[in-house]
Amino acid sequence: MRRYKAIETICQSIGKNDAVVSSTGLISRDLLAIKDSPQNFYMVGSMGLASSIGLGLAVCQNNRRVVIIEGDGSILMNMGSMSTIAHSCPRNLLHLVLDNEAYDSSGGQPTTSKTTRLEEVARAAGYRFVRKVGSRNELRQSLTDSTNKGPAFILAKIEKDGSRNSPRVLELVEIKRRFQEWLKDTTDTKPHRNSQRAEAQKRLAVIRNDASSKHLS
Amino acid sequence: MTSGFKGSKEKSSEQKMIMAADTFCTSLKRNGVNLASGVPCAVQKYIIDRLVKDAEIPYVQAAREEDAIGIGVGAYLAGKKPIILMQNSGLANCMNAFASLLLPYRIPLLFLVTWRGCPGEDAPQHFVMGRATTGLLEVLGVPFSVLSMENVETTISNSTHLMQEQHVPVVMLIRRGTFE
Repeated sequence: MRRYKAIETICQSIGKNDAVVSSTGLISRDLLAIKDSPQNFYMVGSMGLASSIGLGLAVCQNNRRVVIIEGDGSILMNMGSMSTIAHSCPRNLLHLVLDNEAYDSSGGQPTTSKTTRLEEVARAAGYRFVRKVGSRNELRQSLTDSTNKGPAFILAKIEKDGSRNSPRVLELVEIKRRFQEWLKDTTDTKPHRNSQRAEAQKRLAVIRNDASSKHLS
Repeated sequence: MTSGFKGSKEKSSEQKMIMAADTFCTSLKRNGVNLASGVPCAVQKYIIDRLVKDAEIPYVQAAREEDAIGIGVGAYLAGKKPIILMQNSGLANCMNAFASLLLPYRIPLLFLVTWRGCPGEDAPQHFVMGRATTGLLEVLGVPFSVLSMENVETTISNSTHLMQEQHVPVVMLIRRGTFE
């Protein structure tokens, strides 16, 4: 599985109320190219901090799912945050690590993740759902299975490919502004675990209304 | 007699620090602060003890200072007004978070940073960063001021106003002895 395809697969599972934090380098650039949205906070600098930002969002916005997408080099810089996340234990946090065992954004130099089982680190840190996947189908399945089981950690093994065709993220203040505005506009005061469940509840409500109106008539 | 006298003196000193921490936290709340994260410093012991007990300002323990900044940024994006607590040794860990996250995205975060390494410091590991602290903040373009027990309310209020007006992080430095 290539990085671009992995991010495409992730994007297909992003609900309309999910917030996404993407990390430094090609991951943010690919996400911008695949599905730019006010739901995305592209963190282009401060390598390693995507997971910390995701945690801050998740604990303050517990009515929506927060999806963190980062690389192996990135999580290796801030592994302490895995403990912070597991300790805070936000049910609505999904932490995705795309692991190509390389610093692909800076020329493909090897990281140390080949000899470190990051999924075991996540499990030992205290994540409630942990899965390691190697194909798009497995990734798709684990994105579904992790629903409502956060803090969840998915380690997706991907190929090193070095492709850098996606555009650079440039308008940082604007990205922040629209992300904040989107969060504000879509903050739902009614508790629901995620958008899918909310959708399901809405559908049920419609069915119930239909049923009651039929009964009344 | 002597030991009894000493005991009561220590107790009154501790009471004083608890009251000082209370004044600080009350002022934070008055200025809208509603979340805290950081890495502990002995000088801030009473403040952290106070925050941990305060349901209105949840305290998220971070693994390192940059982690705390990330948590603060997430909380800010979600509409909160966080404060980040650390020692200046930790501030040195955070230069890139200031340079490539807080400043270019114009994210206002409030900081309480213990200024170790001031004249009178006995711990040699703090000497260099003690000398460099204000210079680093100046070079980065981060406004700062020194908070003391006499100016708690004005320093917090001025800092939060500056954050709102200029969308920049603002640092409040405290010297040893302010809250300990």
